[in-house]
Amino acid sequence: MKKELEYKWTDFEKGYVIPEPGTSRDYHTGDWRSQRPIFDHERCIKCGVCWIFCPDSAIRFDNEGYAEADLTYCKGCGICARECLPGAITMVEEEG
Amino acid sequence: MGKRVGLEVSFAASEAVRLANVDVIAAYPITPQTHIEFVPVESEHSAMSVCTGAAAVGARTFTCTSSQGLILMSEIVYCTAPMRLPVVMVLANRSLSNPISIWNDHTDVMSIRDCGWIQYFAENGQDVFDHVLISYRVGEDRDVMLPVIVNMDGFNLSHVIEPVELLDQETVDRFLPVFKPEVVLDPARPVTMGAIVLPTCYTETKKAQDEAVKASMPAILKIWKEFGDLTGRYYHPIEEYRTEGAEVLLVTMGGIGETAMWAVDQMREQGRSVGLLKIRLWRPFPFKEFRKVALKAKILVVVDRAVSYGGPGGPVASELRSALYDEPKRPHVVNFIAGLASRDVAPVDFIAMVDKAEGTLQKGMGPEYEIYGVRE
Repeated sequence: MKKELEYKWTDFEKGYVIPEPGTSRDYHTGDWRSQRPIFDHERCIKCGVCWIFCPDSAIRFDNEGYAEADLTYCKGCGICARECLPGAITMVEEEG
Repeated sequence: MGKRVGLEVSFAASEAVRLANVDVIAAYPITPQTHIEFVPVESEHSAMSVCTGAAAVGARTFTCTSSQGLILMSEIVYCTAPMRLPVVMVLANRSLSNPISIWNDHTDVMSIRDCGWIQYFAENGQDVFDHVLISYRVGEDRDVMLPVIVNMDGFNLSHVIEPVELLDQETVDRFLPVFKPEVVLDPARPVTMGAIVLPTCYTETKKAQDEAVKASMPAILKIWKEFGDLTGRYYHPIEEYRTEGAEVLLVTMGGIGETAMWAVDQMREQGRSVGLLKIRLWRPFPFKEFRKVALKAKILVVVDRAVSYGGPGGPVASELRSALYDEPKRPHVVNFIAGLASRDVAPVDFIAMVDKAEGTLQKGMGPEYEIYGVRE
């Protein structure tokens, strides 16, 4: 696929349609996060409420079934931490 | 050919929608748009979302709204055009709150001036009927693919009964083929519509959008010509009335143009050099056609029906001033804001505006604009 900076204004499909599916994986939109969620396995009950509420589908489950954040896409909004029933998620500042 | 009937203009619009074989209609009732048929949704925001989504899967769609309803749907209105989805909307123009007013002016449509839709101002019932059909044909043209707003003055047009010559189904079908977009949302052939664009490309997308609206002009002119050949009713982006040799031109947009014709007739009878320029197509703005007529005059008396608070006056006049700025010899633009919330603009008012504009010119430059008829 063409690099972003190679696009001229005449290069887009009509309506900016992206004919190739699944290209959102190429864009790492977690770059502008200022906080990240930390998951406490002692408290996590694997209920998946964080997965339901995450507006960016950025929660996944590890091999043992514990929730974790996909930091490639997590924007650090904190909704998971707010909704987590047993209080297993805390938000910490990103450094730098 | 169709028959001529007396019809409330809202019904003329819905009759045209019926003849256009529209697949999806989503609308939420609001005065003065209520008389058009609707499928209920819970809000205008949803109505425009339904239309945009349905157009994305290839449906011919229609919505209609007014005033606060337009403002509520405006988030999605701005999405439809860059996605190149040819939704058609009839907008029964009405004031915006506050204070609450259900009556007619252009403050609603001017608030979404830059939404990227093709924007047309109808003048009478026939015009509304014709332009619902024309809008589908224009919007769905492969070289255009843009949504279209047909503006009709609320109450002053929407609720009056006018003679309208309807078209029969066969004629409409011949003029308006089935909508077949090049790309649709289809799980069998997945595409992404409405994706995020990063700052690296956003500027290029906006340039493409601007060019797309400008590039719709040839198709609009071609389709108007074709419609004229079919029905005998020819439309133009700028319409002239008794402009020959006129030193003063009244400039109107929408239904008050017909009243202005009466005023021009009266002034011509008195031997005054006054004509009328009517703007029918607001976006894309017909710069070439406008300048061709406007540059022959000494004074343009522009009647606006909305206010840009603390700004340069009415939105129409400020655009026309800008369109003339680079001309070495340009007419003086005098701007009156009138007809707010359906306040009558009678022939005598147009004559008073012309009197005042001529006086202003004799005394030198006048104020940027005047809110006409305000009690002081």
